[in-house]
Order: sequence, then structure tokens, then C-alpha cells
Amino acid sequence: MQEIFNIFIKSIFIDNMIFAYFLGMCSYLAVSKTVDTSFGLGLAVTFVLGITVPVDYLLNEYILKPGAMAWLDEGFADVDLSFLSFILFIAIIASMVQLVEMVVEKFSPALYASLGIFLPLIAVNCAILGGSLFMQERDYQNVAEATSFGLGSGIGFFLAIIGIAAIREKIRYSNVPPALRGLGITFIITGLMGIAFMSFLGIKL
Amino acid sequence: MSEEKKEREPLFSPKNLKLIKDPLSINNPITVQVLGICSALAVTAKLKPAIVMAISVMVVLAVSNVVISLLRNGIPPRIRIIVQLVVIATMVILVDQVLKAFVYDVSKQLSVFVGLIITNCIIMGRLEAFAMGNKPWPAFLDGIGNALGYGIILIIVAFFREFLGSGTIFDVHVIPQGFYDFGYENNGLMILPPMALITVGVIIWVQRYRNRDLIEDH
Repeated sequence: MQEIFNIFIKSIFIDNMIFAYFLGMCSYLAVSKTVDTSFGLGLAVTFVLGITVPVDYLLNEYILKPGAMAWLDEGFADVDLSFLSFILFIAIIASMVQLVEMVVEKFSPALYASLGIFLPLIAVNCAILGGSLFMQERDYQNVAEATSFGLGSGIGFFLAIIGIAAIREKIRYSNVPPALRGLGITFIITGLMGIAFMSFLGIKL
Repeated sequence: MSEEKKEREPLFSPKNLKLIKDPLSINNPITVQVLGICSALAVTAKLKPAIVMAISVMVVLAVSNVVISLLRNGIPPRIRIIVQLVVIATMVILVDQVLKAFVYDVSKQLSVFVGLIITNCIIMGRLEAFAMGNKPWPAFLDGIGNALGYGIILIIVAFFREFLGSGTIFDVHVIPQGFYDFGYENNGLMILPPMALITVGVIIWVQRYRNRDLIEDH
């Protein structure tokens, strides 16, 4: 239980998707102009990461890993399908996003309206595929650990995008050098936020 | 015969050359179109992985641009994203296997970022914006041009980070020992992830200062 909690905290603060690995930067930069829209995107990313990482974990554990097919038949014990992981992960992500979109539309029209256009965009967000690939590389022990990693990464992204959106709303009233306006200053602020987040590196979990 | 020749554009007509040149400066994928930032920043602590990454992206982008451009009239618009993803993912698997076979140490350093070429927005962006509506040869040039524009930023960032952070270029020490004796120290901060963002920010600043048309309102 403690291990699960540690992974959760670690993926939010120490291994933050944006500040430590730059995953999902494209949508992070494009959608962070106002707090409202970035709230929607952050929620959608957390939601989808929390679902796709455990599903991809099961896929990796029972089909893709070297020797993973042994549960099916003794003869499959030396089959290694790990080279297929990219294409299968992206297929799972695209179909899960579609599924989530349909379920949300059916059961919670209000949430659907607020997530709106962000759901389909998420299929090609690097943070989602990155979450699955990191899960594969770090070799988590069970589904619970993978789920807490997925949710934690999503919340880390959520915090980062809300933070930058709030700063960007305020910076509109400051006198930024003309050539640095817009994209340039956003990059530099993100760098400074990253340095601030590095203070969490001292936490030993 | 001569009529047909007249109609055909030469391979490197000014229009086609523009496809290669624009992404290098005024239409750079990273600093102007804001595509493909994720992978650009994570692999730039050293020059060698940055160059390997740039070449991988070039291969994937050029080939998938050509493939999608050849298929463009046969793809039903509703499922085009899936078709594009399949083409990209296939290319990335090939590149990944080649890297693992020939430059294993670099492939370990790049870790998940080779796989993340699939979701690199440059590739989806160019397929959507260019390859779906153009012939294979311009699509190929567009792919090469954008990958070059991407690679140049990667190499500039990696150069500064490696030079200032470790005092090396391609793992060869270039700062003379005398400097260190005199009290010079490598700036360890440059190795850390946040400095990649700040370096790109400064590159954008310099580029926009020199080219006033690119300045945004806010």
C-alpha cells in the first residue's frame, strides 16, 4: 500500500510529465492561454491516463512481454512480441479515447460539454503514450501501481497546465520585451517553474 | 514531348526549394509552428543523441509524408487519423529496431523518446497540413525541410547545453585545463531539464528580434 502511495506522489512532483520529461508540451503550450480551457484539458488528460496506463499494463503483462504468453500454452513461452508495443499501445489509446468519449457523452453530457474538443486531441498527446512507455520501461509490479502512476502523472500535468495558464493570464498586463512576447516568455517561465519543481528532488521515497 | 516537358516542373523549382528553406527560418517547426517540442527538449543534453534523434525524425517524416501523399486519394476522410498513425507507427518501429541493432548505447539514452516520435506533433501536423493535399515529391521535400528545421534547433540547443554543461563537444573536452585551474567551472545547471526550455526561449527571442514579422501581440 505504501509503495502505491509513493509512486503516486513521485509521479506528481518528482517525475512530473511536463517539468522533468517535457511530455505533452505541444498541447501544454497551445491550450494554456486561459485557465478555463486548461482546466478542461488537464481533467481530460488525467482521466485518459488513469484508464489507458492500466489497460496497457495488462496488455504488456499478458501478451507483449517476452514469455508473457505462457499462460495461454506452454508452447508460447519463448514468444517475444515487445516490438509490437508501439503500434498496439497507440491503437489502445486511440480506441480508449473513442470509448471514453462515447461513455461520457451518454452518461454525463455536462462533463462532455466541458471536455468537448479536447478528448479527440488527446489521442496524439505525447503525455499519454509517454505514460504507457514509461510504465513499460519501469516495470511496475501490479495493476494498482500502474494505475497510481497513470493518475499521478495526469495530476502532475493538470497542476503544471493550470499554473502556467494562471501566469499567462497575468503576464498579459506586464511589459515583456516585444520579441519575447507569447511563446518565448512561456518557455522561459516553464523553465523557471521546472527549476522550482526540482526542489522536490530532495524527497526520498 | 517538348510540350510535356514544358508542363512539368523541374525537380528543384523555386517553389520546391522554398519548401526546404522556409522551415529552416521563418516557418520553423519548433520556434514558429510550435510542433514537436516534447522530444526536442528531452534529448538535447548531449550532441550525439540529439543528432541521432534528428536523423530518425527525418527518416520517419520523409517516408510517411511520401506514403500518405501516395495514398491521399484512397483514404476515407473519417478514418484518416488511424491510417496516418499506422503508417507512422510502422516507420517508428523500423527506426527503433535499426537503432537497437546498430547504436545500442544511444538507443538506451533516447529510451522512450524514440517511441514518442509516433505522437510527435511535427509528423501528424505535416501529414495533415501538407501530405494530404500534395504530390509525393513536394511532400518528400516538405518532410526533409521540416525535419531539417527541427534538427537545427535540436543541434543548437544540444551544442550550448553540452558545451556549457560538460565542457565537451561530442564527448571531447574543448575547454583547456588552464581555464579550470584558473577557477572556471562547468555549469551543472545546463545539464538539467529546465535549462533546455530556457535555451529554446532565448533562441526564440533572438530569432524574433532579428525577424520582426514573427512577433506576437501577447
